[in-house]
Amino acid sequence: MRYHPHTPEEIREMLEKIGVSRIEALFAPIPERCRLDRPLAVPEALDERSLMEHLEELAAKQPKVPPFLGGGAYPHHVPPAVDQLLLRSELYTAYTPYQPEVSQGTLQITFEFQTYVTLLTGLELANASMYDGATAAAEAALMAVRLSRGRCTKVVVSRALHPEYRDVLQTYLAVGFEVVEVGFGPDGRTDLEALRGAVDEKTAAVLVGYPNFFGVIEDLRALAQVAHDKGALLVSCTTEALALGLLQGPGALGADIAVGEMQSFGNGLNFGGPGLGFFATREAYLRQLPGRICGATVDRSGRRGFVLTLSTREQHIRRERATSNICTNHGLNAAAATIHLSLLGREGLHALALVNYRRARYARERLAEAGCKPLFSGPVFNEFVVRAPKDAPERIRKAGLAGGLQLECYYPELPDGLLLCVTELHDRKRIDALVQALA
Amino acid sequence: MSQEFFPNTSPGTRGLVYREPLIFERSVPGRSGASLPSAGVPETDPADEIPAELLRGPIEHFPSNSENEVVRHYVRLSQTNHSIDTGFYPLGSCTMKYNPKVNEWAARLPGFANAHPYLPPEQLQGVLELMWNLQNLLSEIGGFAATSLQPAAGAHGELAGLMIIRAYHLDRHGTPRKKVLIPDSAHGTNPASAALLGYQAVELPSNEKGMLEPEVVARAMDEDVAALMVTNPNTLGIFETHIKEIAEIVHAKGGLVYGDGANMNAILGVARPGDLGIDVMHYNLHKTFSTPHGGGGPGAGPVSVAAALEPYLPRPVVVKEGDAFRLDFDRPKSIGKLRTFWGNFGMMVRAYTYILELGREGLRRTAELAVLNAQYLRKLLEADWHVAYENPSLHEVIFTDRNLKETGVTTMDVAKALIDHGFHPPTVYFPLVVSGALMIEPTETESKETLEAFAAAMKAIYERAKTDPEGLKRAPEKPVVERLDEARAARKPVLRWTPDFEIPF
Repeated sequence: MRYHPHTPEEIREMLEKIGVSRIEALFAPIPERCRLDRPLAVPEALDERSLMEHLEELAAKQPKVPPFLGGGAYPHHVPPAVDQLLLRSELYTAYTPYQPEVSQGTLQITFEFQTYVTLLTGLELANASMYDGATAAAEAALMAVRLSRGRCTKVVVSRALHPEYRDVLQTYLAVGFEVVEVGFGPDGRTDLEALRGAVDEKTAAVLVGYPNFFGVIEDLRALAQVAHDKGALLVSCTTEALALGLLQGPGALGADIAVGEMQSFGNGLNFGGPGLGFFATREAYLRQLPGRICGATVDRSGRRGFVLTLSTREQHIRRERATSNICTNHGLNAAAATIHLSLLGREGLHALALVNYRRARYARERLAEAGCKPLFSGPVFNEFVVRAPKDAPERIRKAGLAGGLQLECYYPELPDGLLLCVTELHDRKRIDALVQALA
Repeated sequence: MSQEFFPNTSPGTRGLVYREPLIFERSVPGRSGASLPSAGVPETDPADEIPAELLRGPIEHFPSNSENEVVRHYVRLSQTNHSIDTGFYPLGSCTMKYNPKVNEWAARLPGFANAHPYLPPEQLQGVLELMWNLQNLLSEIGGFAATSLQPAAGAHGELAGLMIIRAYHLDRHGTPRKKVLIPDSAHGTNPASAALLGYQAVELPSNEKGMLEPEVVARAMDEDVAALMVTNPNTLGIFETHIKEIAEIVHAKGGLVYGDGANMNAILGVARPGDLGIDVMHYNLHKTFSTPHGGGGPGAGPVSVAAALEPYLPRPVVVKEGDAFRLDFDRPKSIGKLRTFWGNFGMMVRAYTYILELGREGLRRTAELAVLNAQYLRKLLEADWHVAYENPSLHEVIFTDRNLKETGVTTMDVAKALIDHGFHPPTVYFPLVVSGALMIEPTETESKETLEAFAAAMKAIYERAKTDPEGLKRAPEKPVVERLDEARAARKPVLRWTPDFEIPF
């Protein structure tokens, strides 16, 4: 086995030094009755080439074309520079920077990531990342409850928020909390009147998508007003972080907590995981922030360095009184996003967002002409819902394309709704082919 | 730093590393590292449709750099990290084994990396087959009836496991029950996960051998206890020999046993938690199954269960019908969804690759050599260093700073001194039940001479503590920064760059 370095001779020497004759004797602390009395029913070892062929066969079964599909996971171009930097052994084979003096690379990248999150969201404070957008949203709701010192145990959620985010919220808040959903209007935005009726003094937080699951851009200012009137916090959940390259940061529009998914920056689809959850909020809420945080400090000579800090909030110090049970975050995904954002830079980020908007708009307009009218009237970024024939996914597949998500399984009231996403990976030719398939 | 303290056993040298500003401080307006397609469609204006107050232009303070500058910046930063591929990384309880390169190749295959989670099952047969195979392999390795690959990390797997336990009690007994029993040596995520679900965490003392005694469990056990959480081998590296009796005591009162699989590496192919009375267990693919730790994630924390708990697994689960695979969402008793989509698939590819390459014998050999390496290192160190528990340990061993008491040198000083010798320090001050703990887990992928070089460095540090304790307090001296002021970081938090950022570098 190429990962096991010892020769038989070395093993013999080591056993002799330990004072036993056979390797099995090292397992003496495990009582006989606890041992497995047969070999594992696992296949025999594969050599590297056979292994690669098996994996290539499995990988070949997925389509090669970029799907017209978002819904929380977005197909985008990942520059080779991002991946080659991620393959730096020093980054991907290191662990959590518990020893900061030999982890400055990871720590400084985390500090840069936190800075990027604050710039994108328009808030002052960000953590080192979460598992994904949905768990970040659930943690935001829990944080809002903590900030109310447990007085408020109700959370109001827009039905236009990603169904899986709502689902995860239900899982996390299954016992001891009240989760109330409010509907959406013909513009695809959260129904303000319904929201006003649902939010009360027991409400800790209001959660909405920005843009929401239909791709529609919510008016956060109006939503914030409703939440704040009753002392609740507004949590904006952004599944497509690239939208923040074109849209105002949620913090500037009244959101108290901005969470979401940053997979779009530097991270592939990977069948939906790992994602990259981000979590930003106002400075005043620092002590209730979940997850790891990196901070700047100085060394013995007064020179700059970075450390994980404020860990008295965290499980390894605080145990059952921690702000969250999260330990591992998504550090390498955060590094990918940081590197990609650094490559894009100030102008590039905005330009990429514009390309997405323009191509999606072109697709919307062509589809509308071809009979697939938009289902909602609200403004959108790179994702949108159209009325499409029942066999739309099949038609798309037959045209050699992929994607389109039928909404009926999430929204029975939208039986002909088809969610489509258009990014920089979909050029005019591909978009025209999609329109033709659905016409 | 004189030669006498740094014998030839040490690979640590001072390489050429760069002090690197923040990317925000390097920026020159007008530069760019992006390659963008032209829209290729009409250059429409978003302001036609989107209210102006919701729009913004390029974000102020975003940096601008060319690709070369960005690459150099992150390469230089990477060079200030210690990593497994750089050197020995004996971080106890974290299983810092070699991360095979074929795993990285596999995860990057376009058919995996570009698969969208919402494609229809007929376009996803390869990825679903991989998940199906992996969940079956893990069930077999752990001795369980079924496995969900959904949890994103170990702590997330714990949360899933405890939710399953809660759902089981609600279903069977009409109450979630109130308490969760947790040994004092447990990882901090155990009580934190229990508390997150509203359970009262009850700490159980381990005995002088570092083990949990059946009598202690029996005394704490009543019908308000939902579960006992155990790690086996525990965080002290010691196998809980009474696990079967303990499980029987818990089961007799209707409770369940949660297994923290963090230390599964020690018993691969040797013993299976599912055979020992454990009802639910999470694995850490980033520990036992060689997926990289990524500087703090992503990990993956699949959870396996006994047959009676299978209905409660997170939904969806991968099922096979004939030759076809699909996701089954119709799971009425499921605890629900724990995250978006189906799990950290990128980590699943790597773990699957690893298990197939090792095969049946390689897995068992892994446990054997992990234990051999830990025992060998223990033997090399125990002449100088105080071992926390005399009874035999398996894949990791805990020493303390007790023998250095009169020198004033602490575990933290030892850790920092190891850095100057070119080694990553062990896990320090954990578990909390051991004062001044140095928790060492070498893993099976380290060679004999690496273990010996580490032991020599530990010996050199021990000697130096006796003659030059003040010198040790200055360590580390070789990394890009010296010992950092962590108290200041917490007292005056600076958590992002702003234009008035002024800490000199």
